[in-house]
Amino acid sequence: MSLVDALHLAFLQRALAAGVLIAVMAGLLGVFVVQRRLSFLGAGLAHAAFGGMGLGAFVIVSSGLLASGVGLLHHPLWIAAPFSLLAALGIAWVREHTALSSDTAIGVFFAVSVALGVLFFSIIPPDVNLGLSLMDLLFGSILAVTRPDLIAIAVVAVLAVAFLLGWWGRLGYATFDDELARIDGVRTRLLEYALFACAALVITVSSVVVGIILMAAYLVIPAASARLLARSLAQMTVLSVLLAVLSTVVGLALSYLVDVPSGSTIVLVQAALFVLAAVASRR
Amino acid sequence: MSGPAPRGVPALHMHRVTVRLGEATVLQDVSFELADGCFLAVVGPNGAGKSTLVKVALGLVTPQSGHAALFGVDAGAGPERIGYVPQLKTFDRSFPATALELVATGLRRRWPVRVTAAEREQARAALSRVGAEHLGRRQLARLSGGELQRAYLARALARRPQLVLLDEPATGVDFLAEHDLYDLLEVYQRDTGATVVMVTHDLAAARYHADRVLVLNRQVHGFGPPDEVLCEPCLERAFGHLGHHHALAL
Repeated sequence: MSLVDALHLAFLQRALAAGVLIAVMAGLLGVFVVQRRLSFLGAGLAHAAFGGMGLGAFVIVSSGLLASGVGLLHHPLWIAAPFSLLAALGIAWVREHTALSSDTAIGVFFAVSVALGVLFFSIIPPDVNLGLSLMDLLFGSILAVTRPDLIAIAVVAVLAVAFLLGWWGRLGYATFDDELARIDGVRTRLLEYALFACAALVITVSSVVVGIILMAAYLVIPAASARLLARSLAQMTVLSVLLAVLSTVVGLALSYLVDVPSGSTIVLVQAALFVLAAVASRR
Repeated sequence: MSGPAPRGVPALHMHRVTVRLGEATVLQDVSFELADGCFLAVVGPNGAGKSTLVKVALGLVTPQSGHAALFGVDAGAGPERIGYVPQLKTFDRSFPATALELVATGLRRRWPVRVTAAEREQARAALSRVGAEHLGRRQLARLSGGELQRAYLARALARRPQLVLLDEPATGVDFLAEHDLYDLLEVYQRDTGATVVMVTHDLAAARYHADRVLVLNRQVHGFGPPDEVLCEPCLERAFGHLGHHHALAL
């Protein structure tokens, strides 16, 4: 079946829609993550999502929710999201109130979350069917996106884009110079907590599709490529989103045509665009 | 607080301000009142609390006791009346921004998506005032220390503030540029009647340019006209044995 014909297939349409929504969110968020030197945050919060998924799966199985008729409650996401949110706010708190650097704070939460995820997933009997596998969680399953997954991604995308675009001027100012922004009335502490909370929700809901291992790449590579080419923060933002969307669409198409995993193909396309950007920036 | 402050209200008022950072007392019982339209030089040895004093005035540091006010309003409440040039430029050198955009933040108080035509006009005028119009389209990361200082000064003056606060503005600036800077401040003060507060290590510049000098080393060791305050007893109280050498050099 040709690619054009395949686009009529519902699963591919859902994959494309999910991929583009994630690319827009990650492209926007990545600008501030990269400029604030928080590139490790993507990996940290993706692994917090893993811990949250483990806790969520354990709660669903042990509480009998799996046997209930409520489909939404079968998915560990509704526990993983607040778990990741708490981890993100915890990282922001440690950054503000201790002498520890960002990567140390993130590293602590990263390690604890992974340990919790392994612990909880190991307790769940192997014959229990939660509708998601550990492999899919780690490496992504964009072609297996369900309608409820897509709805969750769309809801988070609306909230995240509204926040990131609506507060872009304040975020940009605080990212440039926290002190100058505070003097001019920007509530930089509150903004940082809000940014971390946004990152937690975006990364958690995206990790279900993209995979925990590759999530960090989505957040960092398009924004880093954009930085190489942009002369202003506004240009960097637009380019980051465009590169993220382009790499998602091209990566999905290539993975279909060549029959290779989609998540890793998308990341490799992002890497290729990064190399092109690096070469172009030296001219 | 919006619009210009009424004239005659003290530009800066500090009453028994004490600041502790951790276990260290950085400022102790600091009290002084600076009249509107004055040029104040704040001098003292390293670690004297000069930068902290400026940050209290900006509302960035809250004193453990005491009170600070600008034009009769609590410190930190009226950013539109203040222009500030920090000592250390802590922005990430990889941040994509031009000098024009930096100056525009001084007007808009947000990071600009796009600098409007009116903002561009005002920003260019501000850069021109500090002899830096040619820097407008240059990336901040490519500016030298002196050029960056001019861009920050243009940003501080762009909104025509009533109070200009500068923390060691001569840092990283060559000798000629340093004197240009002081002349610029004097001209701005003369043209607008603004108040200038400048932290400096240069006692000669303080004597020559300032109407008032505050000699600080955690406490106030002198406040008044330069000729009265930049004397050996005051300087020895603040600088210790080095005060004698400073007095001789003036």
